Amino acid sequence: MHTLSFRQLADGLRSKQFSSQDLTRHFLGRIAALDSKLNSFITVTPEIALEQAKAADARLAAGKATALTGIPIAQKDIFCTRGVRTSCGSRMLDKFIAPYDATVVTKLHAEAGSVMLGKCNMDEFAMGSSNETSWYGQVKNPWDPTRVPGGSSGGSVAAVAAGLAPAATATDTGGSIRQPAALTNLTGIKPTYGRVSRFGMIAFASSLDQGGVVAHSAEDSALVLQAMAGFDPRDSTSVDRPVDDYLAGLDRPLDGLRIGLPREYFAEGLAPAIRTCIDEAIRELQKLGARTVELSLPHAPLSVPTYYVVAPAEASSNLARFDGVRYGHRSEEARTLEELYKKSRGEGFGPEVQRRIMIGTYVLSHGYYDAYYLQAQKVRKLIYEDFRKAFEQCDVVLGPTTTDVAFELGSKSDDPVSMYLNDIYTIAANLAGIPAMSLPCGFVRGLPVGLQLMGNFFEEGRLLNVAHRYQQATDWHTRRPPDPS
Amino acid sequence: MSNWEAVIGLEVHCQLRTQSKIFTGAATAYGAEPNTQADPVTLGLPGVLPVLNREALQMAVKFGLAIGAKVAERSVFARKHYFYPDLPKGYQISQYELPIVAEGHLDIEIPGPKGEEPTLKRIGITRAHMEEDAGKSLHEAFPGVTGIDLNRAGTPLIEIVSEPDIRSAAEAVAYLKKLHQLVVYIGICDGNMQEGSFRCDANVSVRRKGEAKFGTRTETKNVNSFRYVEKAIEYEIERQIEVIEAGGKIVQETRLFNPDTGETRAMRSKEDANDYRYFPDPDLLPVVVTAADMEAIRATLPELPEAKRHRFVTQYALPKYDAAVLTGESALADYFEAVVETSGADAKTCANWITTDLLGALNKLGKDITASPISVEMLAGMLKRIVDKTISGKIAKDVFEAMLAGEGDADAIIKAKGLVQITDDGAIISAIDKVMAANPGQLADYRSGKDKLFGFFVGQVMKATQGKANPDALNRLLKEKLAP
Repeated sequence: MHTLSFRQLADGLRSKQFSSQDLTRHFLGRIAALDSKLNSFITVTPEIALEQAKAADARLAAGKATALTGIPIAQKDIFCTRGVRTSCGSRMLDKFIAPYDATVVTKLHAEAGSVMLGKCNMDEFAMGSSNETSWYGQVKNPWDPTRVPGGSSGGSVAAVAAGLAPAATATDTGGSIRQPAALTNLTGIKPTYGRVSRFGMIAFASSLDQGGVVAHSAEDSALVLQAMAGFDPRDSTSVDRPVDDYLAGLDRPLDGLRIGLPREYFAEGLAPAIRTCIDEAIRELQKLGARTVELSLPHAPLSVPTYYVVAPAEASSNLARFDGVRYGHRSEEARTLEELYKKSRGEGFGPEVQRRIMIGTYVLSHGYYDAYYLQAQKVRKLIYEDFRKAFEQCDVVLGPTTTDVAFELGSKSDDPVSMYLNDIYTIAANLAGIPAMSLPCGFVRGLPVGLQLMGNFFEEGRLLNVAHRYQQATDWHTRRPPDPS
Repeated sequence: MSNWEAVIGLEVHCQLRTQSKIFTGAATAYGAEPNTQADPVTLGLPGVLPVLNREALQMAVKFGLAIGAKVAERSVFARKHYFYPDLPKGYQISQYELPIVAEGHLDIEIPGPKGEEPTLKRIGITRAHMEEDAGKSLHEAFPGVTGIDLNRAGTPLIEIVSEPDIRSAAEAVAYLKKLHQLVVYIGICDGNMQEGSFRCDANVSVRRKGEAKFGTRTETKNVNSFRYVEKAIEYEIERQIEVIEAGGKIVQETRLFNPDTGETRAMRSKEDANDYRYFPDPDLLPVVVTAADMEAIRATLPELPEAKRHRFVTQYALPKYDAAVLTGESALADYFEAVVETSGADAKTCANWITTDLLGALNKLGKDITASPISVEMLAGMLKRIVDKTISGKIAKDVFEAMLAGEGDADAIIKAKGLVQITDDGAIISAIDKVMAANPGQLADYRSGKDKLFGFFVGQVMKATQGKANPDALNRLLKEKLAP
């Protein structure tokens, strides 16, 4: 059952080949048996899952089911879940139980009727590209347990890639959906900023954070995203605009599709073997009717430095609320108010989070604001302008998701800058606010390679369509790693 | 002092009287059990987001329109960072570079030298911006522990910053009173200073007269009554002059006023000041107010105190003083206009009864015009009986007292107490005759030229009629009868 697509799962549920409770027990069983090798879950919620599965079976029987009803999925532990710990991968929130559900959680479970298996591991406060900064330990890549699954949505991708969940929610601030999807042979989409509500999604960098999904195919992603997306009056930055019918557009032919190839994405730094896979994918898309346009995103090389000003600045502010006063970790050692802050935060946050809080505090400080934060905002506008011009010449922009395949655990932990460069191809989409996705396009030394597609604002449907047609013509996305032993 | 000039600017925090908080639906009522009005957004729980309360925005715009300011078509919320236990998010959502209101003004009256008209002085208002209030730290309630009450956290405020146009404590108070009157008038603030709905910080510096440069200023925090503002500023001016005259220097610092001693003391210096690390709040979109929004809000503005006072002078021919008293509060002005309209009495008579008798009585009772035991209908009913000569103005005083004591309306009291005026000439003449007969000496003196005795005869006849003789008729008849 764990190799079936969403469509097959929905058919199986409707034709009573299996019930949602069967399905749920199957995935819970796999988690129990295999996750000790991967560490992809922080919290597994069997009681809730079985209760929701029971309700889903009743809903299926009553003929009131949606495309997701009864299908288990996993939640990244950044989405608040009422009554279930939401840790955000941090010791700071190790005991935090939210009294509310994130809008994404409400939409997927309460409304669409999917079943929550548990909460997935992640880099602490989504800060990381390897899932090594989690308080709950590293997550292993199911394709090679000595390697990272990517981050920050490392738990989400490991669980889905290993067949512990058919799909999982994820979030992407600078590549945290696409990079891990690329490293684990999954399809992952980060929608347009404002398309998915951020209410109840613990903030890292508010102007960049966007929720999305990782799954095995564009079609599965489309189904889940359809249920997640939409305007939310509780999020002022969510956009009040109808959600396109992603599924209906999947099969549109690609004749005449203009694919933009930014030369900056094929420059120095890209591993030649990855380049070969991407070139092969371009040829495949050309066979499907697309034509390519060479173009330039001249400010793309500035994305990483721009991001590492904007994101830490917002993070330093967003994480100020974790002060040990009302909830979260409070140091036992503190004797004064100042000690309460310093020790609680010193103990509650890991080193990467502390590093980013310090960078962010610095760039917002009096006398540095103009030189860093304001300057970064100007560059951000230029990056956005690059894309605006690009989309006058093409329909989608294509490039690699990462410079190379998954690296070894621990190999970059001591070198933050080399770790930050992991997101070199993904960050620009967050800075511009446009939708972007990664999909499998080959293997190098037995490890998956991701192809990145970026689209104009609210063109998620177009991206999913291109990815789906590509997946109809190729079988990279169907390959799965062996169960961990 | 005479060689010195004070330069004063005021910052006023004015709580907006919305039902709910500025960024969430939690209630804003004062005095609730601690933390019963603290929802997840107020508590700053992870993942929750602010959504602007449109009513708070409308009130801020209303204020901008009322002070003739520029209302920004686009204003931006920013985060102001500092750590304190009653600030749940570690930052306050405020406005920094682009406030909703800029460049307004208020005119205050400066009393002229004796016998001369007061002069108007315009105080510039640099800006007014929207922000959220903080919670409260309760240090007294629990020994050794600080309690945090977040009910107030997130209450909408506008911070109103004046230009340094104020030159004395008296001007500062005049400005504050004017501002207080205005925000209450336009219905955006309940004006309750004890409950902290209207709070003031005073920036004070001194310089030698004729100098163009400002001296170093201090900021005195949270002086929460008009009297304290006056005292704190006076103290601070004197202190600064003394320091400089003794060869010292003023340090830029924040000071606290102690109402018990009437003194201010240093709280923190500029060096200890927080670096607030302001930046635009990425959770909130820029606030856009269109021309149409602005006009719709303008339409809800009531007549402002200035305009109302002018109208009362011209429309009702009232002296400026009466007009000022009556327009001090909009509820009082409404009361007056309703009494004039229902009673048919002339406006000055109505004004006299309201400003002297009614306000005097309310003052004694410690009541507001809105809680007056004498309603518009009751006072108008009494005035009608003066107009139709059922009672005299003198008798009316008794009727008024009886109404105040809850004895019913004027007609009921007049009937019950038999206070109907004697207007019948015959009855008055017979009373006059008796008085004349009883006082032959005085009559002779009067007729020989002692005009002043006229009053004596009026008094005697009034006494004989228990005050019920119609004064006009009595005057007329008495003059005829006493004539030699």
